[in-house]
Amino acid sequence: MTEQQAGLADDILENGVAMTVPPGFSIDRRERHTDEYFLNMGPQHPSTHGVLRLMLRMDGENVLEVVPHLGYIHRGLEKIGENQTYLQNIHLTDRLDYLSSHMNNLALCLAIEKAMGIGVPERAEYIRVMVCELQRIQSHLLWWGVLGMDLGAITSFLYGFKEREMITDIFEEMCGARLTMNFFRPGGSFADVPDTFIPRVRAVIEKMKTAIDEYDTLLTNNVIMHLRTKGIGVLPAKTALAHGCSGPVLRGSGVALDVRRSDPYSIYHRFSFDIPVGTVGDCFDRYKVRMEEMRQSLRILEAAAASFPGGPYRSKKYASYNLPAGSYYSQVETARGLLGVYIEADGGPKPHRIKYRSPSFANLSALNDLAVGHKLADLVPIIATLDVLIPDIDR
Amino acid sequence: MIDTSRFPATNAIGDFIRATLPGPAAELTNIVLAVLAILTVVGLTPVALIWMERKVAAHFQARLGPMRVGYHGLLQPLADGIKLIFKEVMKPEGADTFVFFLAPILSATASFMVLTVIPFDHHLQVTDLAGGVLYVIAVAGLGIMGVLLAGWSSNNKYSLLGAMRSGAQMISYEISLALLMLLIVLLSGTASLREIVFSQAGTVLDWWIFKFPLFGLVAFVLFLISSTAELNRAPFDMAEAESELTGGFTTEYSGISFAMFFLAEFVNMFMAASLTTTFFLGGFLAPQFGLAPLDRVLDAIPGFLWFFLKSYSVIFIYMWFRWTFPRPRVDQLMNLEWKVLVPANFFLLLVAGLFVAMGLV
Amino acid sequence: MKTNAKNTQGRVRPVERGEFVPDGQAHWSLAGYLTHLANGCLSLVKGMGLTFGYFVHPGRIVTQQYPENRETLAMFPRFRGRLALVTDAASGAPLCTACGMCEKACPNGTISILARRDPANRKVLGRYLYRFSQCTLCNLCVESCAFGAIRMAQDFELAAYDRSDLQLVLYGKED
Repeated sequence: MTEQQAGLADDILENGVAMTVPPGFSIDRRERHTDEYFLNMGPQHPSTHGVLRLMLRMDGENVLEVVPHLGYIHRGLEKIGENQTYLQNIHLTDRLDYLSSHMNNLALCLAIEKAMGIGVPERAEYIRVMVCELQRIQSHLLWWGVLGMDLGAITSFLYGFKEREMITDIFEEMCGARLTMNFFRPGGSFADVPDTFIPRVRAVIEKMKTAIDEYDTLLTNNVIMHLRTKGIGVLPAKTALAHGCSGPVLRGSGVALDVRRSDPYSIYHRFSFDIPVGTVGDCFDRYKVRMEEMRQSLRILEAAAASFPGGPYRSKKYASYNLPAGSYYSQVETARGLLGVYIEADGGPKPHRIKYRSPSFANLSALNDLAVGHKLADLVPIIATLDVLIPDIDR
Repeated sequence: MIDTSRFPATNAIGDFIRATLPGPAAELTNIVLAVLAILTVVGLTPVALIWMERKVAAHFQARLGPMRVGYHGLLQPLADGIKLIFKEVMKPEGADTFVFFLAPILSATASFMVLTVIPFDHHLQVTDLAGGVLYVIAVAGLGIMGVLLAGWSSNNKYSLLGAMRSGAQMISYEISLALLMLLIVLLSGTASLREIVFSQAGTVLDWWIFKFPLFGLVAFVLFLISSTAELNRAPFDMAEAESELTGGFTTEYSGISFAMFFLAEFVNMFMAASLTTTFFLGGFLAPQFGLAPLDRVLDAIPGFLWFFLKSYSVIFIYMWFRWTFPRPRVDQLMNLEWKVLVPANFFLLLVAGLFVAMGLV
Repeated sequence: MKTNAKNTQGRVRPVERGEFVPDGQAHWSLAGYLTHLANGCLSLVKGMGLTFGYFVHPGRIVTQQYPENRETLAMFPRFRGRLALVTDAASGAPLCTACGMCEKACPNGTISILARRDPANRKVLGRYLYRFSQCTLCNLCVESCAFGAIRMAQDFELAAYDRSDLQLVLYGKED
């Protein structure tokens, strides 16, 4: 029995130089794959948006296989959550998907409200919907800017941030923070919105209407943008569903699943908005779906600002939130997709087990299917239009 | 064609040295002086361009750009330079030391060499070669060696990918650039850059961009696109592509070696802009509009000022491209060259041949 | 409890995909090719027009010159910069009664309250320790306080060269 048959030579011998196949790849270690090489993309790479590490099997510029390595920003939020009260857990949800922190807060608050039967005043519901839609726009603006930057159009990054700053200012005035909001509480929010809230929201709506047209001129209707995203990273609806994708990624593939519509929480059932869906499922469809979502969010904001009611901003405040024993689930549509919160309560002030179903994790799992057969340069728009957020993946 | 006696080939300083020193010594002194003049241009161009690039980029992006160092950040290039010079020069493990440090020098040298034939003014030119255009094509191609060697010697996969991309890209785009230069040679009937400038004497409408009706404008735009690609500048910065290749061939470079690439990039940009000026915008000639008093005023301004004004306007266009467009993919860039630019250039060449044959230009 | 009322307003709408880069291999024609080329070039020119608009309108610049505008820079009243004690306007004494609710509310163990007995043998605030390096500025302590004795201050230049500089003693003698 030769050494190779015995499997002792686990490496591919190429011109006498051993080439190790990193773990996770589908190829047989004893097969000869000439002209192939492995490329480490990340965790420090400009277009992996944080500390995502991808191992690529490449043939020249062509990507043959992608193996993501996770865990570079794993903080064990679910485990920490077991040692924190429900109220304290809300501030941990800020750190899941930090661009959708209000929506994450809301997901946990909804579960607590469901468990304890806490009602929410009318004004608080309006605040919730408006704040969540503002944040959806804010998140998509950052995504848009970063997408442009990934494609080499650095100017879009600054333009996106210009308008994003207006929304961030609203949040800062409202709750005192710009990123980790921790604003919502069971039954409402910790403070009422300031008097300037509605005028500022109206200003944002006005500004955004012209701003989105500018974005279209700069990027959406740019021929290079079309060349870079059309037909790239096609995700068929079936594959998307199989991977558990949600949010704009799933809608880009043509599946009109939006929690705001299919399982309306808060008062989303009162507002009229369209669900944009893609027809091909490529990067361009995902791009257009998000651009259209911004317009739909503006529609919701406009309607909500027109009928913004007075009254209390929070129902009764409890000294301690002790959820009755049992399991509770709530889900919201964040800017990235479906965020589910599952609580296993034992009657005490702290959850026995808390589980977050984060959208980015499921969306990332489709990456290999999307990237195979494309060029290295295509991986950039693919990652950008999946819009994965690394803290949301690792938790 | 025109009265070139207005534009003597020699200048007062050169004549004075020839008159005072014996033959060979005078020529040597003149060459040293010319080289010094070029080095001054080379030294000052990046300084001006770094500031300009940062400010232009900032204003395109609704920012202010550098404001701290000097008035409106005027001394920022100096600060950048000092920082780069004093940074540690790192060499990655397994890199080919000699080639690794040779590459940036090669890259910078190639870009300086083109400047020797550029006519900055009617008497400001190191040497006017009869085949100046051929020299430009030959020497500009050397710059790519630096990039290729840098990528190869860095022992980094991203660098290698970047170098291979830029190799393919620059070799391809050299063809369309050469074809466009050939177009001008065909139209003007000379390959000397000085003579090409004189072939555009007259009013603004005699510049090749307008003199070759409509097609001249097309050729000008094609030249801008091709030279942007040749320069490896965004949106055609495949070799660097920091969002894909984390810096491409410059990934492993730091300190003064990186500064050399930086220098080469900016001098190259100036070189490309001055070639565009020479070929299409009448070089150092003052714009004339056929209005006697205005023309006299414009003509009174020294030629090299016009030359720099025109060149920097072209550089502004390069920057405008860079801060507006996303980057196409490397194979799309090749498609653009081989399926659009090269056929278009051959078509233009054909049209130019017809124009010349029929005596229309 | 939420009612799962179905939202029937709005519709599902496929997004538009634009014209000038056709999907799939369309029938090639010179006219079609030239139209796409012209439209593509036009889209580039429009983009350049937009950026040039910003270039010639310095009024649209949004950046602030930060350290220079420090004098005029004010945070919003609710800005969560760091924790601060509220003192009685008249006596200057802290409103804090050393009840420890904030200590309990804190998710990170940021706050430690050391109570002492005053001459009348009542429990009063001895020392109020605030470990700023551990604080996530979640505002839960401020909400938990029944006496309005703590608030979020609007400071924002809080960087320190040494971690020990972030161990703040808000009240009481420093070691």
